[in-house]
Parts: sequence; structure tokens; C-alpha cells
Amino acid sequence: MAIEYLGLSEINGPLIAIEGVKGAFYDEIVEFSVAEGAGKKLGRIVEIDEDRAVIQVFESTADMSLLNTHTKLTGRPMEIGLSEEILGRTFNGLGMPIDGLGPIRAEEYRNVNGQPMNPCSREYPRNYIRTGISAIDALTTLIRGQKLPIFSGNGLPHDTLAAQIVEQASLGGDSDEEFGIVFAAMGVKYDVAEYFKRTFEECGASAHVAMFLNLSNDPVVERLITPKVALTAAEYLAFEKNMHILVILTDMTSFAEAMREVSSLKGEIPSRKGYPGYLYSELASLYERAGIVKGSSGSVTQIPILTMPNDDITHPIPDLTGYITEGQIVLERSLHQKNIYPPINVLPSLSRLMKDGIGAKYTREDHQDVANQLFSSYARVGEARDLASVIGEDELSPVDKKYLAFGMAFEQEFVGQGRNENRTIEETLDIGWRLLHILPREELDRIDTKILEKYWRE
Amino acid sequence: MKAIMGITGTIYGVNGPIILVRGNLGYKMNEMVYVGEKHLVGEVIGLTREETTIQVYEETSGLKPGEPVLGTGSPISVTLAPGILCNIFDGIERPLEVIAEIGGAFIPTGARVDALDKERLWETHITVAPGDPVGEGSVIAEVQETRSILHRVMLPPGVSGEVVSVHPDGAYTIAQELVRIRTADGGEQALTMTQKWPIRVPRPVGRRYPADRPLVTGQRILDTLFPIAKGGTAALPGGFGTGKTMTQHQLAKWCDADIIIYIGCGERGNEMTNVLEEFGELEDPKTGNLLMDRTTLIANTSNMPVAAREASIYTGITLAEYYRDMGYHVAIMADSTSRWAEALRELSGRLEEMPAEEGFPAYLASRLSAFYERAGYVENLNGTEGSVTIIGAVSPQGGDFSEPVTQNTKRFVRCFLALDKSLAYARHYPAINWLTSYSEYIGDLAGWYNDNAGSNFVYCRNQLLHILTTENRLNEIVKLIGSDVLPDDQKLVLEIARVIRLGFLQQNAFHAEDTYVPMEKQLRMMEVILHLYERCKELIGRDMPMALLRESDVFEKIIAMKYDVPNREPERFSSYDDMIEEFYQHLLATNA
Repeated sequence: MAIEYLGLSEINGPLIAIEGVKGAFYDEIVEFSVAEGAGKKLGRIVEIDEDRAVIQVFESTADMSLLNTHTKLTGRPMEIGLSEEILGRTFNGLGMPIDGLGPIRAEEYRNVNGQPMNPCSREYPRNYIRTGISAIDALTTLIRGQKLPIFSGNGLPHDTLAAQIVEQASLGGDSDEEFGIVFAAMGVKYDVAEYFKRTFEECGASAHVAMFLNLSNDPVVERLITPKVALTAAEYLAFEKNMHILVILTDMTSFAEAMREVSSLKGEIPSRKGYPGYLYSELASLYERAGIVKGSSGSVTQIPILTMPNDDITHPIPDLTGYITEGQIVLERSLHQKNIYPPINVLPSLSRLMKDGIGAKYTREDHQDVANQLFSSYARVGEARDLASVIGEDELSPVDKKYLAFGMAFEQEFVGQGRNENRTIEETLDIGWRLLHILPREELDRIDTKILEKYWRE
Repeated sequence: MKAIMGITGTIYGVNGPIILVRGNLGYKMNEMVYVGEKHLVGEVIGLTREETTIQVYEETSGLKPGEPVLGTGSPISVTLAPGILCNIFDGIERPLEVIAEIGGAFIPTGARVDALDKERLWETHITVAPGDPVGEGSVIAEVQETRSILHRVMLPPGVSGEVVSVHPDGAYTIAQELVRIRTADGGEQALTMTQKWPIRVPRPVGRRYPADRPLVTGQRILDTLFPIAKGGTAALPGGFGTGKTMTQHQLAKWCDADIIIYIGCGERGNEMTNVLEEFGELEDPKTGNLLMDRTTLIANTSNMPVAAREASIYTGITLAEYYRDMGYHVAIMADSTSRWAEALRELSGRLEEMPAEEGFPAYLASRLSAFYERAGYVENLNGTEGSVTIIGAVSPQGGDFSEPVTQNTKRFVRCFLALDKSLAYARHYPAINWLTSYSEYIGDLAGWYNDNAGSNFVYCRNQLLHILTTENRLNEIVKLIGSDVLPDDQKLVLEIARVIRLGFLQQNAFHAEDTYVPMEKQLRMMEVILHLYERCKELIGRDMPMALLRESDVFEKIIAMKYDVPNREPERFSSYDDMIEEFYQHLLATNA
């Protein structure tokens, strides 16, 4: 559409209002130009009242005045151009190349908002991804097509863990199938983005990575669109090009903070802790874009990372995330302080899809039983430790003392492993059995008698 | 699509799923409308002299001011006819499989599809003859809808008269005339298999009965400790990862309702796919047919439009009431009602209504109570008996039960099954906390248990609960000073409570025998555990220390009996009674 409007009626942070527009539609993308020769800014219409449109500007509104701004309606919702060329490239948070290698020759343009996947067309995920990390492979197994977030805190090694998962998951397994990584950074520090970039280069994956970067000094509103752009790219690669795509979204907390900021500027009624009432729907519209579609051999697996404010798992962001995602991997500060890497607290960690992706057909027949027993015994360790802190270790019953020993060994030898250590599932389960032998046999009440007889060595 | 009879206005403003219309004042409250050129489905939710407020059940991206809004003249309704079962719908009864055929793997906006297949022919048996008087709810024809369920075609509420003519038995579509009646005012009316009913209005019933029959679920902690009555209401609150969905799936699979309506309200897409796949393969223990033959799924996954999430609950319960009217027992699994409440909150926020607690609208409580009151064990208008049981999952924020949705739900349900994080962390499933859960139905159901499950069933159940509450009290002491210093009779209580927790309350949904346990086996298990308790008490009364008793493996064997005794061979429990006697006599003989 060719009409250009000159002037605005209101500017309020990243939100501007313009009056007298005709034919604007909800969610339409508009272009602003402020002065001759200066670059264009993009915005999205978030509210329409007859001829008055409220627009969210993705970039800084500095320089814009009520008089000097030219506004052009594009007649399109937010779209990005896609082709296989996006692999190996780096983009800003709006999907524009920033690596100096020129524009993408697009095969197709897609609306970044996506559409909900029809539950009838989904394929239930069953194939497990070996990450080589015991705590994940054995206890919170990652399944292809799953969304499994890492709940972390500031200062914990979530980036290292995510990088290790990417490295080891892409190395092993079905090497003949095409894989790709889509990396979306929302409000992360430059160092973090750089760290991932370097890791991808070092493991030789960088030709298979598309990076979408909105760093912490980039505009806040842009952050709201970054994950949508990245997931649109992921869906395209997975379902059009039949690739297995692993999506890393970091940091979801910044995304939610950006939503709160914009919502409060719009004068919306806040719900919990000032976040808008639609935080759940908005998070879900991202997380639900993981999965497998019937009739395509590709998949989208998501590993979102979020830092829990004040390490509080009941904070709205981790809380709502946990209700949407298919489990979570929870990092624990006290384990980190004990110098255990990865500091995964297995008790609150969970993989909802694991039950259908493990066992004799996929991993090993004893997997579920070992996992149940490790969970239940480690939960008992907590009780023994509580008791020991009250009455002293010496006063504990002999069984409780064994639990303490088990707990220590479990954290050091099972959860703890090297940054580059890549364990097979057999190694992982064998370590599990070795540790269970610390406990008396009659304490193993979660293991089927037949399995116990087969694997128990007196 | 039918000719649209209503009126037209134009869009004036758009804010997410809420749109404002000017230019016509003739819309009715709760009227269904078609919005914009794409004909998105919407509902009128507010009227003022200046403008009409409409909530749209589809993605509104792309809507422009000036586009038309067509009224349909009727409230938002569901189509009721054969073809509902063994199907999956979105929140406003659009079949997702048909949408997938025309729209591909992703759901397009403005998909115009019929709720039920109008082409399909159903083998129909007409059950009335000319001259028969028929009233509201009278059955006029029967259709074998699935292998499990006989669909009874009924007169809609408000219609009665005398049969004038009937068509012969044969194959008909849901839109073809079957029977013609003369109504009281002398007019003639043609009846098909189809009726429509507004989703927000409960279907009328004859009268309500007290809830005195349990919904048998085969889940031990429910059937014995916290039973749900047929026609009752239960809430299932729990933080994420505590097993709400797993428990709902278990109930949907094994409970003895005739029909299951499973509403996935704002939950995960993969879960709905899982239900679809699994129920399409699993056998119904009652009939031997597929579970899907008695199931309808309503899916509004968390990324589907939020307004349809609000409607999905009503769509589900209206379908349930329709089958209840045929004389069936229907159970609704609503997973999760919190997402529905949040949809209310989101829409209320967009309407700029004054918020009450935590941003939820002040009418949250009345909406919840109106929903749960649609459950009940009733005599239908046609004299048959049927029931609607509601089991609603609640997802409290942060797992904190003091939040508004849990608290308000608690006021309107009579069975509260609190899921517990620490139990789930220890992988004790079902993670229903026996101390904070309750069922008000236990008194009403005592008569049924006496007659059908055994005269000592309620006694055993109370004993079990007593041991568990005592254990909790003792644990307070143990936490401070350790278990070694307790007297032996209290150590015994702890040991028996452990047997109850591991051997009885824990139930393995993935174990072929343990996933569903008949009442008889439940009773025998309780009896064996209590038998053990009595004998141990006697031994301890003779000054034998608990340590000596524990040397025997009888406790571990009893914990494993849930796996070791097949459901079909309850007589094998007598060997456990013998074992306990042997253990008792042996200790007496060697230590007296």
C-alpha cells in the first residue's frame, strides 16, 4: 500500500498512536522513516479503534517526534523470508541478517505468529535423544519433539549445560539424518551469545546453526518477536525441509519481562506480579510450537532456558512454563556450590514424555525401574539429611547412614560428570546399579523382582 | 452453511480476541456472530447504546475496522446427533480431523466446517409408531453410534405431541426426516436426528437424586479412601508435575461411566495426541471394545484461541448432558479448569473490568459454581436415569492452594483430591495426599459399599485412614528425635503405615495388573494388611521387639502382593493370610 501518513498523535516509550489511518488491520506491520536517508523502523499494530491505531515499535523511538515521522502500512503481518540458506547465518531479533553476508534469497515468506498445530496431525514423540548426560538420559530423558526447559538461576552453568546438550546430541545417534540448530537469544549478554557461537564453531556445527540475537542492549520490544521469528524458521526447516531441529531459547525470563514492560505501558490490568493476564497464552504460543507433524520426518525440539528470579520456582515465569512444557530440568545452587557439574536437582526435574520413549525397545529394559528407584531413594536421602541435621549423623540408624552414603555418591558420581564426558545409556544405567548396591537389597522397593534378580550382584 | 438471518454491523475496534462493533443495536446477548470477511466465529458478550462487544473464538490477526459482523439470531450452540463419540472437536465443536483434512497440519482461521458429518448414513431403527403420544425427551429412534454405545434419538426439550407418520427403518443421515409429529397447538413438526442446544444453558431434567452410588475407578486411593459418587463433583488440584493429567487419564480409562467426555482445556497438544492414540488402542474393561468408542475429546490446546477455551468447558458439559438424557452415566474430565479461569481473566482484562483477587474477575466464583452444579444423578424427562460426574483438574499458581481458583472450586465440589509435590518428587503415584484430601461422599455411599463391596469395607477403610493419620503424628516426633526411641507399638504403626503407603496407596499405572484393581481385590488387600497389623500387635503385646518382627520378609511380601496376585485370582489372598498365621505362630513358638 502506497499511502504514507505524516505525523503521529502520541509517543509513549515504545508505543505510538496515530490517527486518521484507513484500512489498517490488527497485527499489521508498519514502517516508519524519520529523516531522509535514515534507516526504517518497524512496528506492529496492537490495537485499533476506528481510525486510531496503537503501534508497538520494535526499535528505539528516540528521534521520533509527532511531526517528523512518516508511517507506511505494509499490508502484511510480520513475515520473514526463509530458505535453507538461513543455516550458518546470524540475524538480529527481527530476522534481518547482521553478519554482513547479504540478504537471504527467500523461497517462501511466513507469518511469524504461526498457527496452532492440529492435535490430530501431531505425531506423539517417542524417540529419545541421547545427550550423554546421566541425570538427563536416565532420569529426565529428552525425547525428539519435546519441549524441555532448563530452570536455572543467575550464576548457574545453564549455558554450559545447554551447549553440552547441543554438542553431544548432535554428534551421536542418527548421523545420516539432517539436523539443525536454531538459537534465539532474548536479552542475553554479549558474552553469552559469543560463548554459544564459539561452542558451535568448535564442535563443527556452525554451518547448521541459525542464530537470532537480541542482546541485552537491543530494543526491548524486539525481544517479543525474536522467539516467534526463530520458531518460524525452525518450523520451516523441520516440516518443509524434514530436518531435526533443536531450538535453544534463552532467556525466557527476559522475554516475559519485556511483555510486562509493554503491557504496563499499554495500561493493561495486571495479574500476578504485574505480568499481563495473557502471559500463559503467550508463553504457550511459543512452547507449543515444538513437536512432530504426521507426514514429515522432521521435528522441532525445544530447550528453553529461564533464570528463576531469586531462584524461586513458584515465580510466575517458571510456574507457567512448567504447566506448558513437557517437564523441566532444574538446576540447584547448593549442588553448584558443592562443585558438582551439571548441578541438576533430579527431584523436581521431570520428563513427561520419557515413559513412552524408554525401555527395552528404545534404551534398556531396566531403565524405568532404575529411574524410579533412584528418584525414590534420593528423596529418602533428603529425609535422612534432615534428621541428621537435628540429631547428628552418629545417632542415625544403620539404614539411614547408608542412605547418606548413597546420596553423596549419587551426587558425585551419577549427577556429576565432566563438561566433555559423553556417557552411553548403558554406562549411565550401570553407574545407577552400582550406586544402588550401597543400599540394602530390601530397600529397593520400586524395582520389579525379575529385573532385580537379573541385575543385582551380591 | 445456513443462510444467515441476523443483522449486520461493522467492526470499529480490535483488541486481541475482543472486538467492538458499531452501527447496529439489534444484537442479542450471547448471540453467535460471524466476524469479518473470513467469518470467524464469535459471541456477543456486552451491549451498550454505543457499541457491541464480541469475543472471537479464532485468531483475530488481520481483522480491519469496517469489516462486517453478521448476527445469526441464535445463541452459541452445539449440534447434537450421532457422530459425537469417537471424535475430537475444538472448543466450539468443530471436528479437528475434518479441519486437518482441509487445512493441513496447522489450524487455519475461519475454517467453515459442520460439527457433525451430514453425509454419513446411520443404520436407524425407529421405535415409535403413528398414534403414539411422545413427550419431551421421548426416544423416537435408535442408532448404533459406536460398538459400545446405542444412540437414542430423542425429542428435544420443549417439544411434545403425537406421532403422525414415521419413516421405515433404514439408513439415514442426521439431517433427514425420521418422524413427523403433531404438536399440542395443532401444527406438524418434522423430526430428524439433530438437535441444537445453547451451551450456556443446562438441559432440563425431571428431578435430581442424591448421589449414593460410587463411580468405581479401580484406583485404590479413590475407591477406598476418597470415593467419587456418580453424579458427583471432584477437584484435582496440584502443581505442575504432580500427575493431574496422569490421574485424569487413569480415570478416563478405567472408571465405570458409560461415556467419557475429555476436555483438554489450555493443555498440551502432545497430551491430546497421546489420548487419541492410546484410547484408540486400549480396550474398555467393561465392554471389550476400544476405549475411544465411548469417548469424545474436546481439545483447546494452550496455543489455540483463548476465547474458545472459555467455551470449551460449556461445550463439553452440554454434550455430556445430552448423553445423560439418553440414560447413560457420563464422566467429564476437565483438564484444566484453571486454564478456563485464566481465559476468563484474560478476557475480563481486555474488557477493562474491575478485577477482584489476583486479577480474576469477581464473577469467577459464580461461574465455577454454575459449572459444577451441572453435575448430578438425575431422572431424565423421559423417565430414564443418568448422571454427569465432573472431575476438574486445577493448576494452582506455584502449587499454592490458597489461590482463588482452588479456593473457590473447593466451595463447590464435594471431593477434593490434593496432589502433593513431595510425593511426586519421590515418585509416589498417584501423588494424592491422604491427609489434605477429603470426600464428603463417604457417608452417602456407605450403604452401597455395605451391599456391594462387603460389610466390612467401610470399617477397613476407616482403619487404614486411622493408621495413616497416626503415622503423620508420629512422624512429627521422629523428625525431632529419630525413630529408634519410639516404643515398639508406635514403631509398628510406622511399619504398617509404610506397608499401606507402598503396598496399597501407590499404584502403578504402567503395570498390567496394577493399573486397574477391582473392588474385591481392594478389600482383600486391606483385610490382609489389617490382619498383619492385628497379629503384629499381639506379638508386640507379648514384649517382642519390632526389630525381631522386621527380620521376617512378610512385610515385603505383602507390599508386593499388588503385583503378585492377579486381578482375576483373588482367592490367592488366602495364602497371604496363611503366611501371616505361620509368621505369627513361628515367632510365638521360638520367642515365647
